[in-house]
Amino acid sequence: MAVLTYRDALTQALREELQRDDRVFLMGEEVAQYNGAYKVSKGLLDEFGPMRIVDTPITELGFAGVGVGAAMVGLRPIVEFMTWNFALLALDEVVNVAAKTLYMSGGQYKMPMVFRGPNGAALQLAAQHSQAWESWLAHIPGLKVCTPGTPADAKGLLKSAIRDDNPVVFLEGEMLYNTKGEVPEGEHIVPIGVADLKREGDHCSLITHGKMALVAMRVADDLAKEGINIDVVDLRTVRPIDVEAIARSVQKTNRAVVLEEGWEICGMGAQVVDFIQRECFDDLDAPVLRVHQEEVPMPYAKNLERAAKPDAGKAVAAIKKVMYLD
Amino acid sequence: MTTETKKPPVTETKKEKPKASTNGADGAQPTPLKEFEGTTPEVRRELLRSMLIQRRFEERCAEAYALGKIGGFCHLYIGQEAISTGVMSMIREDDYVITAYRDHGTALARGVGPRAVMAELFGREAGCSHGKGGSMHLFDAETNFLGGHGIVGGHVPIAAGVGFAIKYRRGNQVCVCFFGEAAVNIGAFHEALNLASLWDLPVIFIIENNRYGMGTAISRSTANEDVVIRAKGYRMDGESVDGQDVFAVREAINRAVERARKEKRPTLLEMRTYRFMGHSMSDAVSGTYRTKDELEENMKRDPIIVLHNKMYESGELTEGEMRKIDDEAKAIAQDAWDFADASPEPPLEQLYTDVYSDTSS
Repeated sequence: MAVLTYRDALTQALREELQRDDRVFLMGEEVAQYNGAYKVSKGLLDEFGPMRIVDTPITELGFAGVGVGAAMVGLRPIVEFMTWNFALLALDEVVNVAAKTLYMSGGQYKMPMVFRGPNGAALQLAAQHSQAWESWLAHIPGLKVCTPGTPADAKGLLKSAIRDDNPVVFLEGEMLYNTKGEVPEGEHIVPIGVADLKREGDHCSLITHGKMALVAMRVADDLAKEGINIDVVDLRTVRPIDVEAIARSVQKTNRAVVLEEGWEICGMGAQVVDFIQRECFDDLDAPVLRVHQEEVPMPYAKNLERAAKPDAGKAVAAIKKVMYLD
Repeated sequence: MTTETKKPPVTETKKEKPKASTNGADGAQPTPLKEFEGTTPEVRRELLRSMLIQRRFEERCAEAYALGKIGGFCHLYIGQEAISTGVMSMIREDDYVITAYRDHGTALARGVGPRAVMAELFGREAGCSHGKGGSMHLFDAETNFLGGHGIVGGHVPIAAGVGFAIKYRRGNQVCVCFFGEAAVNIGAFHEALNLASLWDLPVIFIIENNRYGMGTAISRSTANEDVVIRAKGYRMDGESVDGQDVFAVREAINRAVERARKEKRPTLLEMRTYRFMGHSMSDAVSGTYRTKDELEENMKRDPIIVLHNKMYESGELTEGEMRKIDDEAKAIAQDAWDFADASPEPPLEQLYTDVYSDTSS
């Protein structure tokens, strides 16, 4: 199997889907001539031309709305946000129109489109450019929300997202683009809403998604050296959430830690914990703990930023705590 | 006049001379009037009929709202019917229409069935959005009626997207997008106009300038009340039109449609009109933000009266014929009411349908 970067895996998915269906087009800031702010669309303008790889002005609300309108009448737009921080300006189109039009129209107008781009913090980009938005977006009925953490999942989920007849929010990670992994060639599809057990163990469940999947795997590998074997449940999709996969793991391990990139209050982890207390109440041997960003806007200074972010050390500490090893 | 449906409005004012229209017709001219050019008596009668259906339908909406049969927000179009009627009379079936939440008249003029619209307002399964949209969210795929949108200005970029899709497919349809004058101050309007002009999209943006954004007069909201001048900022053609005169509306929209189909260029049109009712049903018709005198002065240019008087004075419409058209309009409204009232509510299972499509490509 080929080893690809997360970036190249996304490019491969885009290329294959653009070739497969001429209703698919990509639009966003710098996607064409510049080859993409993060080079995800590198080479696509040459292959597909300016009608299908569309550079937009800096006008997030405007081009998100253009995507929505095009989807309403049968095209299959992929709208790239340079980062999800900028997508805040476009949320009226995402939340009020893309997510709701099928319902408000009594099933008459589908919205087959993808909103994609990097989500969450990179390094020292400070408060306005370092935010994880999945709990906002997963809150909205009508949207699906994908958070792939590995190159293979990135490719397989993006292909599913592009083929889905619903609006799909696709959250990538700036820090993930250069990460590498094995990626199946050609028709590799990861279904939306299915978690992946990335490590297996009986002692504790570490439930996570997105960029934190990599951290979780490192945690599992480190703990294994100490004789602690954990399940890493990578949700991969946070709407819909694979509740069965969560329950299956927690019913086996009887302990759980939920690791996420975003803030604590109303975060994804709170939802996961809610599922666990309902589905696994009698299985638990310890309270479920959460690891997340500190409740502060992201600071710039390197040491403060490091302290604000969730990391492997915090996850290990939480796992040891629910195992009563501390 | 909303709930007094006993007399057609025109019978009360038939003696009144029509106000000068854009073309200066004063009613004393012999037929044919200049603005009748390009229309036949049948077309003119159809225009009158279309406007009267909207008027009589919405008068019943107000009544139904008072009785609690219609809930939520309900924004009536009364006074603005020449715009919807004039525009729809000049576009094709395969063109697209999108509008804001003051959408009943626009939907009816486009050809969405009065029964389906009233059933939607009553929250019934037979409604054009199956009871899930309500007054502000009328949709009808059959007539390419793309809604019914509730956030001021939010649908203007969507119209640009429909224009983009037309261009992408090398079609020659147009997308007509209606919104109120208050939307010209919101970012979505500007972003959409820029993109439509930058990319040569066949979109006609129609500002229905009824002079009030809810209760805020345009003079209190908009630094330059000449709203159509904003077209220039986006290298777009723009035109200001007497929106109470259905012929003026038709001429202007015709120019814009030609431009869109042949030159693939967008147009911004300002239709100067006036809302005869409150902003919504919870809003007094006049009072704190506009005077009764102002309202009455503007109601003299009721678009139905303007058209009626022209036809009447040119000798092509008798009072008896007028009454017949009006009676038909009332009967259509009554039929829509009866249909909606007798229709079942959506079954509870439909609460969970259409949140997601279970299909993929």
